[in-house]
Amino acid sequence: MDTEAAINKLTGKFIDEIAEVTLQKGRRAIVTIRHTALLSLSEYLFKSEGFRFIIASAMHTRRGFEIYYHFSLDADGIILSLHVILDREKPHIESLSNMFSASNWIEREMHELFGIDFLHHPNQEKLLSEGNWAEGVYPYRKEFK
Amino acid sequence: MSRKTLIPIGPYHPLQEEPELFKLYCDGEIVRDIKWETGYNHRGIEKLSESKSYDQVFFLVERICGICSTSHPFAFANAVEEIVGVEITDRSKYIRSVIGELERIHSHLLWVGLAGHFLGYNTVFMWAWKYREPILDLFEMITGNRNSYAMFKVGGVRRDIEKSKIPAIRKEMGVIRKKLDLLTGAVMDDPVIHARTKGVGILTRQDVIDYAAVGPTARASGVDIDVRRDDPYAAYPLVNWKVITAEAGDVFAKAEVRLLEMYESASIIEQCLDALEKLEEGNIALKINEIPAGIGTGRAEAPRGEVFHFVVSDGSNSPARHKIRAPSYTNIATFKKSCIGQTIADATISLAAVDPCYCCTERMAAAYDNSSGEKILNANELIEISMKRTNEIRKSEAGHE
Repeated sequence: MDTEAAINKLTGKFIDEIAEVTLQKGRRAIVTIRHTALLSLSEYLFKSEGFRFIIASAMHTRRGFEIYYHFSLDADGIILSLHVILDREKPHIESLSNMFSASNWIEREMHELFGIDFLHHPNQEKLLSEGNWAEGVYPYRKEFK
Repeated sequence: MSRKTLIPIGPYHPLQEEPELFKLYCDGEIVRDIKWETGYNHRGIEKLSESKSYDQVFFLVERICGICSTSHPFAFANAVEEIVGVEITDRSKYIRSVIGELERIHSHLLWVGLAGHFLGYNTVFMWAWKYREPILDLFEMITGNRNSYAMFKVGGVRRDIEKSKIPAIRKEMGVIRKKLDLLTGAVMDDPVIHARTKGVGILTRQDVIDYAAVGPTARASGVDIDVRRDDPYAAYPLVNWKVITAEAGDVFAKAEVRLLEMYESASIIEQCLDALEKLEEGNIALKINEIPAGIGTGRAEAPRGEVFHFVVSDGSNSPARHKIRAPSYTNIATFKKSCIGQTIADATISLAAVDPCYCCTERMAAAYDNSSGEKILNANELIEISMKRTNEIRKSEAGHE
């Protein structure tokens, strides 16, 4: 399967949830989705299409908090990144950790560094600085003027 | 009500070459639960990267891992070259693969040695580390450094492998094959090693998929993934080699995969050297004047598995965001599956079987108050926190059975 075929399958199934698709060089694509649809899209990729969760990258930008969930289809060398934009004030999104354990640590890390809440996370404790860091201070947040 | 005994391994423990705290909750000899505490190695690499120029980031990410120091620059170069949209010259592709595979050999030898040490089989430790030494000498010859080679840059490599250096590398590949035969024979046929590693620390195929484990940890459980083949980069699509897998998922299978992978690495290196001899010297780096705005994802197969770098460029001189996922980040988490139900003695080798690299797993930030510019935590406060923490650990451990 090439990247376009993978994207077509995804858009065919979730047309209402997808805001934008950016095909990149190589076999990469970024799919911007409504953040409420993350669970159903991830479930489809992971369970039906056999994608592997690589990692998630959070960013603090002027638009709010953005997360890229990177999925890899190893047989075809494709990386699909599901991109969500979260609320500026109270960023929150459903946790994927009840579907696969691979996202457990990275969600805890993003919670700790960016202050993003992962709803229904089995154990949203700090990962890196348990007891060693001020509460409510998120080192990866930026200040925009 | 069953009471469990807490056995801490770490944060500083002779068994581990890096600081990390594993808490084994045991019922007699059997490990019933395991927790870990991390954060002893935070250096703020992802955040620091945002304040460095692209050229400087190479030196920064090279210092994420002290063992496989070239795997992070490899993935970062792939990511940035994707943003720029260049394909590097064939010569630099071959040089990159030679460095990557030499590193795989020395890293796997290091692991085999340590695994022997954890099992109380120090002869294997002495042998493996002795055989590893000439590989480090090769690095010193090629790059000037035994480790942290500073070979990679955007658009190519910094140093050539001249024709005059090739015979020495070739000769060593012949020598290392013989040593590997000896080592592999000794490890694979030893009844004591069989008894200590077969059926120990099993990760099933489903565990690997659930935890998204990568590298030899995944391949030893029959999950056939390898970025070098699946998402080809550098010279890997230009040479012949095969991905080694095993089915059992235990510590022995992981050792088997690593031992056999070293033969493949030697073969890749020899084929790259053949190609380098035919290509003209020089022409090892393209001139890249600027990095445009864009998003790049770079992967490389490190000795421990897939390294993933995600770089967002806003067109300035440094990355706007640089996310790094080292293989140990997903591999270490599998201890929840591999260690529970084992005896304490087997839990240690099961932990070691993923070849954990803690400093790869942690990349914390130094925080400054935006309004005053002051550090939120200064050195004295850190010392205070550290002493407080030591006292807390002492108290809580004393309270346990």
